[in-house]
Parts: sequence; C-alpha cells; structure tokens
Amino acid sequence: MTINVSGEAAIAGVANTEFSKNSGVSELELASVAVRDAIADAGLKPSDVDGMTTFTLDNTDEIEIARAVGIGDLTFYSRVPHGGGAATGLVHQAVMAVATGMAEVVVCYRALNGRSGHRYSSGVAGPLLTSDAIHWGWYTPYGLMTPASWVAMYTQRYMHLAEDVQDAMFEIAHVQRQYAAKNPAAFFYQRPFDRADYDASRPIVSPFKMLDCCMETDGGSAVVVTTAERAKDLKHPAVIVKGVAQAAAADMESMTSFYRPEIARIPSMDIAAKMAYEQSGLCADDIDAAVIYDAFTPIVLWQLESWGFCDLLEAPKFVLDGALRSDGRLPTNTHGGQLSEAYIHGVNGIVEATRLVRGQSVNQPAKEVNNVLVTSGVGVPTGGALLGRSD
Amino acid sequence: MTPEQTKAFEEKVYTFVGKPIYKGPRRGYDDVNSAMIRQWCEVMGEKNPAYVDQDWAEKSTRGHLIAPPAMMYAWTQEGYKVASEGRPTDGQVEMVKFFDSHGFSGSLGTNVDQEYFAEAKVGDAIFEESVIESISEQKTTARGVGYFFETYAKFTNQDDVLLGTQRFRVFKFIPPEQEEAAPTNSDTLEIPTRVAAPRGQDNKWWWDACDEGKILIQRCASCGALRHPPRPMCGVCQSTEWDTIESSLDGELFSFVEMHHPKFPGYQYPLLVGVISLAEGTRIIANVVGCDVKDVEIGMKLKGKVERVDEKTILPQFYPVNN
Repeated sequence: MTINVSGEAAIAGVANTEFSKNSGVSELELASVAVRDAIADAGLKPSDVDGMTTFTLDNTDEIEIARAVGIGDLTFYSRVPHGGGAATGLVHQAVMAVATGMAEVVVCYRALNGRSGHRYSSGVAGPLLTSDAIHWGWYTPYGLMTPASWVAMYTQRYMHLAEDVQDAMFEIAHVQRQYAAKNPAAFFYQRPFDRADYDASRPIVSPFKMLDCCMETDGGSAVVVTTAERAKDLKHPAVIVKGVAQAAAADMESMTSFYRPEIARIPSMDIAAKMAYEQSGLCADDIDAAVIYDAFTPIVLWQLESWGFCDLLEAPKFVLDGALRSDGRLPTNTHGGQLSEAYIHGVNGIVEATRLVRGQSVNQPAKEVNNVLVTSGVGVPTGGALLGRSD
Repeated sequence: MTPEQTKAFEEKVYTFVGKPIYKGPRRGYDDVNSAMIRQWCEVMGEKNPAYVDQDWAEKSTRGHLIAPPAMMYAWTQEGYKVASEGRPTDGQVEMVKFFDSHGFSGSLGTNVDQEYFAEAKVGDAIFEESVIESISEQKTTARGVGYFFETYAKFTNQDDVLLGTQRFRVFKFIPPEQEEAAPTNSDTLEIPTRVAAPRGQDNKWWWDACDEGKILIQRCASCGALRHPPRPMCGVCQSTEWDTIESSLDGELFSFVEMHHPKFPGYQYPLLVGVISLAEGTRIIANVVGCDVKDVEIGMKLKGKVERVDEKTILPQFYPVNN
C-alpha cells in the first residue's frame, strides 16, 4: 500500500522570533519562543503537540524545548541533515508523520545564534575533527573553504554558459532588498540600495560581491503541521501542503559536487521538483509566487530552472524581465529573503510562503495567490514544498 | 546581581560621571624631545621626515621638528613603573576599583577618538586635563554584561594652547569564567601553514604520494573506471579492489574562483582556485598560479607541478601553458 501525502497535511501556525545580530539569549530560548508562538498562532496548546522536527545542525534538543514549552509526550521526532538543505525537509518529515498517523501535530523549528555564536561564514577553517573531514581535505589546502567559494565555483561556470548573469544577480539582490525595505521585521527595513552600491560592494569570492551574499542572523522560526482535517477548524485558513520532497542527486558531495559532467545546475532540485509536482498534480504555470532559498543570488536562478519556470540557462532573462517583482510572473522572496530579511536557514521562508497563501505577506502581491513554492538550501541534498489554499 | 543590587551599584557608579581624573593639569614627565619621537616612530613604522629628519625639518617651512599628533597621549602616560608599582590613585583608578569590586573586573578598550588643533614641537611641555565624561546604561555584549565608560582629555602646551583632545572608551564587564589557558610555547614563532587534509584510510595513500611529487588517480581493478576524489568502492561495478595510475597533470580549466574575503592565515593572495579537467578524464581542485586573474578563462590549457607551498604542505599547482 502506498500513501499519497498530497492534501493530507497542512500548515496551521507559524512564527519567527525577533531577528538581531546579538539575541542576548540562549538558542534554547530562541527555539522555545519560536515554537511557543507558532503553536499559539495555530490556536493550539503546547500539549496538543506530539511531534517535533529540526536540523541535525540544531544545537537544541527536542526534549529540552518540549520541557521548556510544556509540550507533553512526543511520539515523533526527526532530524534532517545537510545544513540549510534541511529546511523543507522538516515539513517533509512532519507531513509523513501526520499522514501516517505517527503524530497529529508536529512543530518544525530551527533556532540559532548565527551571528553572536558560531558564524557559518567562517566556513570549515576551524578544527576538522568530524567524519566529513576527509571530504573537506580535498579543498582546504587550496583555500577553497567558505560557502561563498563553493557556490562561486558553480556560478563562474554558469556565467561561462549563460548570458547576463551578473545583471540578473543584481536584479535578484535588488528586488529582494526592495521587498525588505518595506518589511519591518527585515534586517534591511528602510535600507534599499542601488546598482552603484552593488557594484561598489566588497568582493567576497569572485564573482560574488557582498550584496550577493546572505546575512548572518540571530533568530528562530517555526511552523506547525497538522492534518488538513484538523486545520479546517483552526484560527487561519488552512495552508495545504500539496507536495513536498527532498532529494540528493547522484554523484553528490556536500557543497562541492564539482565532478558531474556539468555543474552549472542543481540536479537534486530537479528531482525534488519532479516529485512535488507529481504529488500535487500542479505544474510551474500553477505557481503564483515563490520563496526560493537565497544564500547567494545565483542559486535562485538555478532553482527557477529546476522548477520549470524557464528553460536551462534562461533564468537570467526570466529574472531580468521583472518576473520576481511584485507585479511580475512570480513574485519571489517577498519578505526580503535571506539576503535581506534574515538568515534562518530557510525556515523563515516557510513562514513567508505560508503568509503568501494566507494573503498576509507584508508585500502581498495584488494578484490572487493560490499556490506558493518554497525551497531548501542547495549545493547540499535539498528539497522543496508546494503550499496552497484548500480547494 | 539582584535588581536591587544593580540599582544600588548604579546609583554609586554614576556619581563618578563628571569627576576630574587628576587634580589640576598634569604635566608629562618629559617635555617633547626628539629621542622619544624617534622611538615612537620606529615602533609605529612612521617615516615622515617632519618628525624624524632634523636636517629636513630645519629646511622646511616650519624650521623645526614636530611630534606626531597621534603621539599626543604618550607624553603624559605613567610609564613602565606602572608594571612594578601599580597605577597611582586618581579619579579613574577609583572608579575602576569600584567596578572591579562589584565583579566588573574585565576591561576592554573599545574606541579612541582624537582631534588635533595645533602642533607640538621639540621643547614644548605637554599638559593633560581629563574627566570621566560618561558611563553607559548596562549593556550585554559578546564579552559579557557591563558598562562602557568614556574619558575626555584635553592636551595643552606651556602657553595654554589647545593641541588636541581625546575620547577613550572602555568596556568594564563581568568576565565569563575562564578555563585555564593552555600552556603555549612562546619561544618559537609559528608561521601559519595551510589547513591540511586529515589523512585517513581512504585518502592517506594519495597525500603520501603527493608528498613524493606524484599525483595519482584511483583505478578500479575490476572494471578500470578512474575515480577522484578517492573512495573505497567503485560506483560503476561496486568492486573494492583498486590500483592507481599517475596523472600527466595535463589539464584544462573547467571553472575557477578568486578568493577575497575572509583571508586565511597561511595562504598567499591573490588566491585562485580552479576545477581542472585532467587529460586522464577525472577532475581535480587545485590552485591556478603563475598568471594574472584577468588572463584566466574557462577552457585554458594548464600544466600541473607538484610543489612545496609552505613548511608543511606539498600540493599540485597548475600553470598556464604558453602557446
């Protein structure tokens, strides 16, 4: 017997903590606040929760949060590996749990002191004592040891094959900053920039400038998933998870899959897209808006190709035609994204995608929004989810 | 501290604001002189002849040597005896002791702002008047919980001409409990080297061969498929038997980046890293050297050499092939 998860689960509550450069509180507190507020947003009680999912990267144990927040017995818990690649994987796990009856209400969370504590921009330069050490050892002696450098390697190749890539990278950074400038929760609220600022911004790893790179943020985000049936009677209109998938394509390394025939694309996301579309019966034309993981500007381009919004190598043209803008074909990262709202490893993106379906985004597009794509971090095994209104 | 204790502490500590640090203007132990100027400039790497070249200065429009303006605060400092005798009591010392006695024993100088209005020449006497200008509200920083205090100093000469001012900002905080510092061997200065690959069962043989000047490519003993980076099983036929071939290091650039920020100790910049397609059919990541970044392009022919790049590291490096 197989179960099609499409339509079986819904997002009922979401919340972010305040985003800052120095939260002044523990990661346990950030996580507890995000989880508590997401439960409250759903109109549920902590004791209603019986499942939790998070990142393997997360430093805070589920049971610590459960005890702090007053969540009782847990019958489902799951951690997803691969850094930001886990984001929609949290929903993926929760959906399977509720669809199969393993749990009825699952909270997905991620909380980190990503600026005042361990900073991801420091890359893998620190002590290398993990099982992954040998892998990184093929790169560290040559100095290729930051996330920006790994993604820049794919980008240089993409620039060799496609046209107008740098202009498209600016357009992505710029559109998202303009959204953030109108989002009071965003780090860059009321702080837009222009092309001259972009061109003058500090080089990080060629071809990346500082404004092509996401921030480092202290903050937390959480999402409550329950059955579509139960969501009907809760506070907000149900945001149905119509499709959710995660994938690691063949010949994968964490961030450094430089050995495939072509590297200017994301085959893992191609697979996730195909699966999510098949589950939901939706296609690219049905998607009205998107929250696309944006640790760096060009990864948005490749994901647009993976999800079929344009052909391979055509994403720069798609973007430069204004597609990501509020009145464009696919308003994208309307919260400002991780480039300009906050970097909570994609889970603030699930919050925004939910708000877009509810009609509650601070930059809600004028058009009707029925279905929204949200994706996880790429370069690592990744995934995506299609959220939409109940029919 | 309980909220009540904090309140009582703050009531007392804020009474230091506005207090002068010295009783009246304090004169530097030495007047402005060329020996101290020369030593200061030597330490700072300052070579301006207006400070250090007597002949040049005499022929200049000033006609005499001047002291570097940034040296202003140095003339009135207490000097080496602080280390053996401690700092003589003054308004700032009293305040710092008060902070210390309430647990705020950590000190971190955070900012110095100087403004200059007139030059000091050899022979001038320097006077300092200082005041505790402000103490912040309680702040939480990465260092801990504490207060910023700011002193404001005015420097004048024997004719009461204002030479400059200085604001000095210090964070006094409750230090987190420290683990015992690991003993360090301070006799030898260690030059940073590149972050080495840890060597394990699946890769040690490769790096050992690299140390001997050879770049090997793993070959499946069953089906002959080449693979890099090395791994214990062939992805084509699942055999765990393998041998190696030696690469010719003839290559072509498949992609590349130039590293700008952050800069890592032990690496030489500009730093170019390439994905290189080897003639044998596998790819390798390595530095591209011997050329300017503006001349680097995807598809260019490269030739690798195994070279020592620092005291501990031997790596393949790839050079452009000149046509």
